[in-house]
Amino acid sequence: MRHYRIALAGNPNTGKSTLFNELTGLRQHTGNWPGKTVLHAEGSFSYQGNSYTLIDLPGTYSLFSNSADEEVARDYIIFEKPDATIVVLDATSLERNMNLALQVLEMTEQVIICINLMDEARKIGIQIDEKKIASRLGVPVIKMAARNGEGIDLLLKTLHQLVTGKISPQPLTIQYSKEIEEKIDELIPHIQNLIGNSYPTRWIALRLLDGDESFVQLLKEKYSKGKLQFNPIRFPSKHAN
Amino acid sequence: MVADSKGAFPLCDAQIGDSVRITQLCIEGAMRLRLLDLGFIPGAIIKVLQKSPLGDPMAFRVSQTTIALRKEESSQILVEKLGDE
Repeated sequence: MRHYRIALAGNPNTGKSTLFNELTGLRQHTGNWPGKTVLHAEGSFSYQGNSYTLIDLPGTYSLFSNSADEEVARDYIIFEKPDATIVVLDATSLERNMNLALQVLEMTEQVIICINLMDEARKIGIQIDEKKIASRLGVPVIKMAARNGEGIDLLLKTLHQLVTGKISPQPLTIQYSKEIEEKIDELIPHIQNLIGNSYPTRWIALRLLDGDESFVQLLKEKYSKGKLQFNPIRFPSKHAN
Repeated sequence: MVADSKGAFPLCDAQIGDSVRITQLCIEGAMRLRLLDLGFIPGAIIKVLQKSPLGDPMAFRVSQTTIALRKEESSQILVEKLGDE
């Protein structure tokens, strides 16, 4: 019997918590994330002999840390590296929801996309070709209506296949302009020298190019606390310290 | 706010019931990202739902969700009326 940690991400009001409750029932603990006034909910379930801990990340529209919620969600996916991340999308508003899904795909390969609220979508005549979306995104896509239990079995089956390595998603890599791609290629070897391959280097390169000060600060903090093992190669542009 | 040559005007000047198309966001930084996250994307169609008694904030329908913005932000979103080019 093995134990897996699964993160649950999604926009607000996508039925993320409904899915969380559906899967974990009453086996839940709630509290706050350390040092933050952001609700932390964790629950457990077992499936086919394996046990799972499900972490309900705060509902966010993005993961670029404009708020404490987004920071918590981003840090969990990047630094705690769950065995899989389930992204819950609202079937009635895929355009906006896809934003978060694409951001998660840049952070980790271990992703399952759940298109939830299918019952609502059908009512207003929305049809969704999940196979086409799955082939475009390169990760499993499951249509569901969590409040009726629709799609839950398929989700559990897919999750089992994903964590046991029976399927290995190859998420779409979002291509940026030539200029940005060149800078990414330039940065990646330096990032790999510093922190190795244990974190998504392309994603970190993008944050650096974005000038995301708070993330750079966080990397430094993790480094000074010894939580990250940096290789002893000096970063070229660093003169101080 | 400088209006665009093609009859674009700030979103805060739209009237209740108007459907408008976003042409440009004149905001940079974190607020720009936030607005994009919420669905205020160039090309998106927005409906004006309500105005507060003093006209600020205003509520909009953006991809199946109601979102309210203060004038501070809505004055920097340029839009055009649907149907007249």
